[in-house]
Amino acid sequence: MSSILPPANRLWWKESIDKTEWFWIAIAFVWGMVMFVMMIYWHIYGKQNLSNEAYKTTPEAYAAKAEKFIAENTVRNETGLNGEEIPVVSVPAGGDGYLIARLWNWYPILELQKGKEYKIHLSSMDYNHGFSLQPVNINIQVIPTYEHVVKMTPTSAGTFAIVCNEFCGIGHHSMLGRIYVKE
Amino acid sequence: MAENDDDVPFMQKLLDSYYVLTVIGVLSPTILYTLWGIVDIMNTPLAK
Amino acid sequence: MATTYRTCPASGLQFEAQAEKLMKWNAVAAVLWLLVGGITAIGVIMTRWPAFKLLPPDQFYLILTAHGIDMLLCWIIFFEMAVLYFASSTLLRCRLATPMLGWVQFWLMVVGSIMTNVAIFQGESSVMFTSYVPMQAAPHFYLGLILFAVGALIGCFIFLGTLAVAKKDKTYTGSIPMVTFGALTATIIAIFTILTGAGILVPTFFWSVGLIKEIDPQLYRMVWWGLGHSSQQINVAAHVSIWYLIPAIVIGAKPLSEKVSRGAFLLYILFLQLASAHHLLSDPGMSAEWKVLNTSYFMYFAVMASMIHGFTVPGAVEAAMRRKGFTNGTFEWLRKAPWGNPAFAGMFISLVSFGFLGGISGVVLGTEQINMLMHNTFYVPGHFHTTVVTGTTLAFMAVTYLLVPTLFKREMIHPKLCQIQPYLFGIAMSITGLVMMGAGTLGVSRRHWDMAFQGAPFTYEWPGAAMLMMGMTGFFGVVTIIGGGLWIYLVVGSLLWGKKLDGGQYVDKPTPIPAATPAASASHHGSDHVAVPGTVVLALTLFVAFVLYYYVNWKYLSEVWLLS
Repeated sequence: MSSILPPANRLWWKESIDKTEWFWIAIAFVWGMVMFVMMIYWHIYGKQNLSNEAYKTTPEAYAAKAEKFIAENTVRNETGLNGEEIPVVSVPAGGDGYLIARLWNWYPILELQKGKEYKIHLSSMDYNHGFSLQPVNINIQVIPTYEHVVKMTPTSAGTFAIVCNEFCGIGHHSMLGRIYVKE
Repeated sequence: MAENDDDVPFMQKLLDSYYVLTVIGVLSPTILYTLWGIVDIMNTPLAK
Repeated sequence: MATTYRTCPASGLQFEAQAEKLMKWNAVAAVLWLLVGGITAIGVIMTRWPAFKLLPPDQFYLILTAHGIDMLLCWIIFFEMAVLYFASSTLLRCRLATPMLGWVQFWLMVVGSIMTNVAIFQGESSVMFTSYVPMQAAPHFYLGLILFAVGALIGCFIFLGTLAVAKKDKTYTGSIPMVTFGALTATIIAIFTILTGAGILVPTFFWSVGLIKEIDPQLYRMVWWGLGHSSQQINVAAHVSIWYLIPAIVIGAKPLSEKVSRGAFLLYILFLQLASAHHLLSDPGMSAEWKVLNTSYFMYFAVMASMIHGFTVPGAVEAAMRRKGFTNGTFEWLRKAPWGNPAFAGMFISLVSFGFLGGISGVVLGTEQINMLMHNTFYVPGHFHTTVVTGTTLAFMAVTYLLVPTLFKREMIHPKLCQIQPYLFGIAMSITGLVMMGAGTLGVSRRHWDMAFQGAPFTYEWPGAAMLMMGMTGFFGVVTIIGGGLWIYLVVGSLLWGKKLDGGQYVDKPTPIPAATPAASASHHGSDHVAVPGTVVLALTLFVAFVLYYYVNWKYLSEVWLLS
């Protein structure tokens, strides 16, 4: 009878459903299936899928691997706006690159080549951080004690920023990193 | 409900049984989301 | 326990004395928290507005933490407690089960919410609503949340107990009303939410006092979102119930089909909570299978349910208006709807904004791969301000225009201002949400103090369009705050100075809901049916917008770097 009274018809489940309602239910159902299949389709045919390769680690173990990578592949040093020396590390094409997220910087600067595939490792030394590659706009959660291995192929060259987009304390806004992509 | 509810269809009985609904409403996400999620996290391999 | 009942002469609603008191106290507490949340909103919006950047970073993050907790938990859950008592005791015309425990509910939530706020304003707990470990807040931050949650859980059990009382006392026959069924859905989701929340907040509390050494950060995120996101699904179920409630009271609308609407609520009960996975789509530790199945609410069954409500709610309005004789053309029913009634106007704006902005953006944001374009960007708060604010908060504001006269027995002051308020608040918030999503699409981060990256080793300049959208966010955000402040003024003013209304005599016995006559139930089948062509047009418009926006985002995704 009304939405605030018990149904007038005691056996309301036996009422027939109107054609227009069936029509809308069918649309909603089919659209839901389309959207569900889209995600699976993209896993098979799409070129942008987030890797599921992840490992449990410790900040110490991850930092050791990253430092080794930096020592072996640094091509030059750059001076940041606050006078800090930051290594620029060229990641071997098809190889592994390590990025450290910590309070409050992304370390080191990675140098990539357009069109080559890289395995970029991400982990945090302390709190949660957010890898936000700009202006490409790819956003990945970076979690301490988890090492995430993401396969990336840059399709554009230039200088890119890594903004931290997970709140990580008072210096959060100054946590800006850099990736160079050469032609 | 009072007199004779033999003729009430099963789905209507289900929708009237709020304790049953509560149980399935808590179980469904607990299994699909929480427990499966814990299994996924536990299965994360150790870094080499 | 002896109690009394009164029947409001204007609305015909019957209030049991104990439940009435609890509803009033919970509603008042809710409004006070909305006030605190609204004041913190000023600090948030004036800092994110690049032209002002009002607060220093430490104060900004403190205020943002308070804003999240006071709005998403304190305001909404207190109001929901009042809704639960209303949907059980008032609509079923029965006494409230265990009213003493109702006061335990209320005071636990009061103490808990104050305790958490004290922790936040002491400055040692600026950890955001999400409080991801290993970032640590003061122990009483977590303890307050736990007490608050236990209080809310008690409220849920009182609701279920009251349904049992009504059944036992035979105050109604057949099935519970649609609105009560929607409230039951909210209650069930709340029980899952709170149990999950206890599962993570209790260990986190022990960790904060040093009794537990470590909490896995990924496990925390997964279980915490079972609380954090599901608590917003309680709101969806609650405000959809209110979408059914308001037209029923204002224009005598009835559901197009009990079967369809209740079936849709059943899909909520089963699957809505799975959307907690939306927050973990760009996380390392979860499998793709888990992400796809959970983020899609088990193959989008809960989205289907929302689309059904999005059809049946305006459909019920259209049918009721057509029955009143507004039958010309496709849209006479809509043009002649009671737009001057703030309860109706608020409810309809809530419906449209939630559907077109909050709903569509939520599904797009929750698509596994597309999430990478928006995860943790300003798009996320843009999305949830068009669900939780234009959806839930506006629906709660709208229903308050009905509750003040019938529950608090006061006439609303300034009827003209009351008429304007839902438009001012609803439209300003919708625009704010839209430009927030625009800025997020351009990459702007959420929870970020400085778009100029002061003190960073490098520079990065956001696109000009992003800065423009942030400026618009600031401007329309301020308009929204004015609209919300106006509502608080109107409600509090009415409670204090509104003309007293006759609330009806208190009597010892409840008047049961009269059983439907066989004639009434017979007429429900055939002659009563009304076609709803206008609603079909509205629904198809939503569908077309949905499909277009969905595929536009796949196109955006296909243009970024290759990832696998």
